[in-house]
Amino acid sequence: MRVIRKKRPLSFWLLGAVFAAFVLFLYGPMFAIFVLSFQGPEGGLTFPMRGVSLHWFRVLWEGIGVIDIGAAFRRSLVLGTVVMVLTVGLSLLAGLAYRKKLPGGTALFYVVVASLIMPSIIVSLGIGLSFRLLDTGVKTLLEAQWPEALDTFTSTLGMFTSGLGAQLTWTLPFGLLIMFAVFNRFNPAFEEAARDLGATPWQSFRHVVLPLIGPSLVGVGMFGFTLSWDEIARSSQAMGDLNTLPLELQGLTTTVTTPVIYALGTVTTVVSFLVMGLTLATVGLWQSRRR
Amino acid sequence: MNRARTAHLTAWLQASPLAAVFALFFVLPLGLVLMVSFWQASEYELIPAFTGQNYLDVFTGCPVTPDGDLCVTFKTYLSTLKFSVLTWLITALLGFSIAYFLAFHIEGTLTQTVLFIVCTVPFWTSNVIRMISWVPLLGRNGLVNQTLQGMGLIDTPIEWLLFSDFSVVLAFVHLYTMFMIVPIFNSMMRIDRNLLEAARDNGASPWQTVWHVVLPLSRTGLIIGSIFVVALVMGDFVTVGVMGGQQIASVGKIIQVQTSYLQFPIAAANAVILLAVVLLMIVALMRLVNLRKEL
Repeated sequence: MRVIRKKRPLSFWLLGAVFAAFVLFLYGPMFAIFVLSFQGPEGGLTFPMRGVSLHWFRVLWEGIGVIDIGAAFRRSLVLGTVVMVLTVGLSLLAGLAYRKKLPGGTALFYVVVASLIMPSIIVSLGIGLSFRLLDTGVKTLLEAQWPEALDTFTSTLGMFTSGLGAQLTWTLPFGLLIMFAVFNRFNPAFEEAARDLGATPWQSFRHVVLPLIGPSLVGVGMFGFTLSWDEIARSSQAMGDLNTLPLELQGLTTTVTTPVIYALGTVTTVVSFLVMGLTLATVGLWQSRRR
Repeated sequence: MNRARTAHLTAWLQASPLAAVFALFFVLPLGLVLMVSFWQASEYELIPAFTGQNYLDVFTGCPVTPDGDLCVTFKTYLSTLKFSVLTWLITALLGFSIAYFLAFHIEGTLTQTVLFIVCTVPFWTSNVIRMISWVPLLGRNGLVNQTLQGMGLIDTPIEWLLFSDFSVVLAFVHLYTMFMIVPIFNSMMRIDRNLLEAARDNGASPWQTVWHVVLPLSRTGLIIGSIFVVALVMGDFVTVGVMGGQQIASVGKIIQVQTSYLQFPIAAANAVILLAVVLLMIVALMRLVNLRKEL
């Protein structure tokens, strides 16, 4: 039933050119630093290539100056995983809540959306400030109750307290919006059928709802991880003493003038793409198994 | 009655972890920012005593300094606004064209999806890396300058390509056009194709169809995208820092610098003012659309 192809209008070619130029614009520069990270030992920050080697990856592996890139890498990985798990869990729960009557749900929704469009520096400053005030409180309390504990206490600011919270205010809005989209397209007839067949609410959730929305949850997880993995603005004032990889990277942009920074860029981009690839593979596998 | 109450309770139990995160890490911190913006501070500690001094300090010498220049705050806001408007204009035009191309010119859902994913993939890589990826192209000895010199078009390298207003806007467009494409594309996909045919049958030129049918119907997407871009650019300090060579001022950067010097009350005052400005811009945009209804 194929319709005879109409002649493409001029606008098709013009817009197609815009699209092609845009894709080149998106990927070209990234491809440039990918290529340049394989510069030889004498190579600089710009073209031409002076030899091809893995030299700058070796330099990266050995560490840049005082910064322990390996440790930052592992920290980012662990934090990203925690953020991912929490984002999936909390978004799913909230998504389920919004399917029922949720008094005050609209207000909560607006808070979540407000967080998404709030300039990140303000959120970051606020969280940093809250934990500093909390520090003052804790210190006063310790002074009054356990003066000896005061010596060991430094700060409540940290990766898994303020840092984690800061990142969740960024990942959860995306998660919740995806859940809305998922449940808007969800056919409740499946659940009704399960109920008619005598399933308990838990059984119908576990055996009917969960398998149907599973691939989307994997997508939410991917969002959670990669958003955390690359996040700077929210966590900049809230991470405490130990920085994540992107924060170290941001600091390095002003000090490092060798292709080692491109090597680092290549490595982190590869991790992002690996996560995306794994996610897509998981979703693909899931859907092919269902058929 | 009782069952309804149980249902409400379950719903709230399910929503409570999410609500708790936003209460603790969003609402409360914003409240504290407002509170601390009225506090005093010594070099090392915050003093909870009410003062309006921080706000006065922000606007020292405003609107015009004794030398006849604009005060620092107004200058910074003007420069930040300039970045916002430029970025918004370019991303809106580009985003609309690309979304239009994908939605109306590409046939077949598979091709559409693939091309759409091609546009969104870079969104998942680090912003800083996407910024520094311009260095080998735009730098003094970068590819652009090398090429232009090689072709004999210029004698000396163009200096304003990198670490300039130009490179900042370029990076913003590079980073944020996606935030325009996605919502506009989403709106366009919901447009009933029969409407376009009706317009054509009534004698509308392609351009008239875009202007009188497609544009009004994709308004929601355009506005949602605009809100994102405006909010992101107004609060940005990373892009302006990296792409401006740490030389260009922006409101976000001022807040960040003051925070790193632990001048929290004045940073908080700046944050409150920035928030007010951004909110005004968003409210103006929101009047045009009901966000909840569109989802």
